[in-house]
Amino acid sequence: MHKIEIDIENVSKIEGHTNMYVKIEDGKVKECKLEIDENQRFYKKAAEGLDYKMLPVKMSRICGTCSAAHTLCSIEAVEKALKVEVSEQTMMLRNLLMNAGHLRDHAMHLYFFCLPDVFRKESIFDFQGELHEWIHDGLDVKEAGNFLSTIIGGRSVHPPFAIVGGFTQFPNKEQIKEAIAQLQSVREKIIKIVDVFYNYKKDFNRDTNYVALSNNNYNYLKGNIKISKGTEIPEEDFGKHYEKVVLPYSTARAVKWESKDYMVGALARINLNKDKLHNDTKRDLKTYLEKFPSMCIFDNNLAQAIEMLHNVDNSIDILQKLKNNIKAEKPVDVKVKAGKGIGVVEAPRGTLYYDIDLDSKGIVTKADLCIPTQQNIINLEKDIAKHVEELIAKNKSKDEISLSVEEVIRAYDPCMSCATHFLKINWGD
Amino acid sequence: MKKIRVGVYNFTCCEGCTIVLIEALNKRYDQWMKKIDFVDFRALKPFKEVHDTDIALVEGAISTEKEVEKLKHIRAKTKKLVAFGSAACMGFPSNQRNDFDDRKMKEIMPVLKAFHHLDKVSPLKGIVKVDDEILGCPVDIDVLIKKIDGYLKNA
Repeated sequence: MHKIEIDIENVSKIEGHTNMYVKIEDGKVKECKLEIDENQRFYKKAAEGLDYKMLPVKMSRICGTCSAAHTLCSIEAVEKALKVEVSEQTMMLRNLLMNAGHLRDHAMHLYFFCLPDVFRKESIFDFQGELHEWIHDGLDVKEAGNFLSTIIGGRSVHPPFAIVGGFTQFPNKEQIKEAIAQLQSVREKIIKIVDVFYNYKKDFNRDTNYVALSNNNYNYLKGNIKISKGTEIPEEDFGKHYEKVVLPYSTARAVKWESKDYMVGALARINLNKDKLHNDTKRDLKTYLEKFPSMCIFDNNLAQAIEMLHNVDNSIDILQKLKNNIKAEKPVDVKVKAGKGIGVVEAPRGTLYYDIDLDSKGIVTKADLCIPTQQNIINLEKDIAKHVEELIAKNKSKDEISLSVEEVIRAYDPCMSCATHFLKINWGD
Repeated sequence: MKKIRVGVYNFTCCEGCTIVLIEALNKRYDQWMKKIDFVDFRALKPFKEVHDTDIALVEGAISTEKEVEKLKHIRAKTKKLVAFGSAACMGFPSNQRNDFDDRKMKEIMPVLKAFHHLDKVSPLKGIVKVDDEILGCPVDIDVLIKKIDGYLKNA
């Protein structure tokens, strides 16, 4: 019997700690495990007993990479629970903060984690000679997002200016102009990397279900939940459709949608909502967008690259509107009362869900979360199993298969800090 | 000139300070790469084992027995161990379970046992000698740049 074991310890160029184990016998995958090795910090338990004002501040710390998404999603849940209506300007600023987070996060993932695979280098530190300009493209795109995050949220990691009811600080006209100039200066660079991922062909497809928030202008904060193999539902109903699954070999739980594997993230969003992208993005990326809907997980990288341009174009529009009209608005006054609130946003890696209960003093009595990476784990394992069997049938070497397995993991852009926010397992005795 | 060997390591945390370090590269990449060889940096390059370093930048708090061993190993392999970020310097917020009441502790106990967690989450200095600390949740980007520039000048 012909046996192969692929055991990748410490998968690099991703967020957090994980190992991957695949066992193959006679060309068939017998075991395929993403063993997340991140230590729990028990955020859900820590949320219980917190004052509502502190919840976003605390939950942001679940993840440095996705902190803007956690901040804004927990704020949405609190505002729903307390029936707070925020101003139009607040929503514009929140959209900018989300765009900025997606832009710098996708840029880190695409330029620093994935491009080395495309150019068959170990890391960006090995980009010498003509490859060197890619490093600076990546740094410039990342900086455009970082600068925008900083003027809107106060900084790119754990943004302090975004609070329940609005914002505490506001960018001035000069900063807004500077942000517009930076965003405009990276448009061409983004189109260049879209082309790279478009041409990086991978022969792999697997049919699955895609889930994402959907609205008229491809924003990441509002809308209904669209499901490729199902009917659209309001965001409040998200929790009725998913269930959590224990993986005994991992420190994270996985999630299924109506008992089946599914995928969230940029690929799901572009597959479901590509016609809602910014007009300038659609105009300049017309050919590339024809590739979607795609069932190839490697196209998650292409989808992220396309989203980077949308984030730029959409942010420029909002900044132009704010440039001469931005006001130092006071956050909305909040009347504390008991209530339940659900927040759903599209984090860089997919749909993020918060479900909280507040008591009459505004203290959190329950906080439930559903994290993008948890939702993608089973889909990821199935993609790897299928891809590995196809590569074995093509007589690929173990080294080539291992690299491809890592590439699939990186294509998902998993975030282990997020995935292991809390674990509750019944271990029998 | 021989390059300064730097390692970047993460323990129990949100990795936000590593993100700040990667954002700091936006401003300092060319300057730093002339002087620094990032020998270990799992977020950006393959990582197999801890190498000898001149400076180890360590993020995160220590929450398991496995992490204690790894931190001691990093300490043995480096000349200067720098704790960066609030979790590494003070344990917070990764140590929030240290203050859990009995009810919450009972609920998380199976996880603590199954994954060999320590009784209490510890900052780095509770386990090994720390040569410098950069505080903040996350660290301030300008402070981080100034600190690293300073290490390079004095190395």
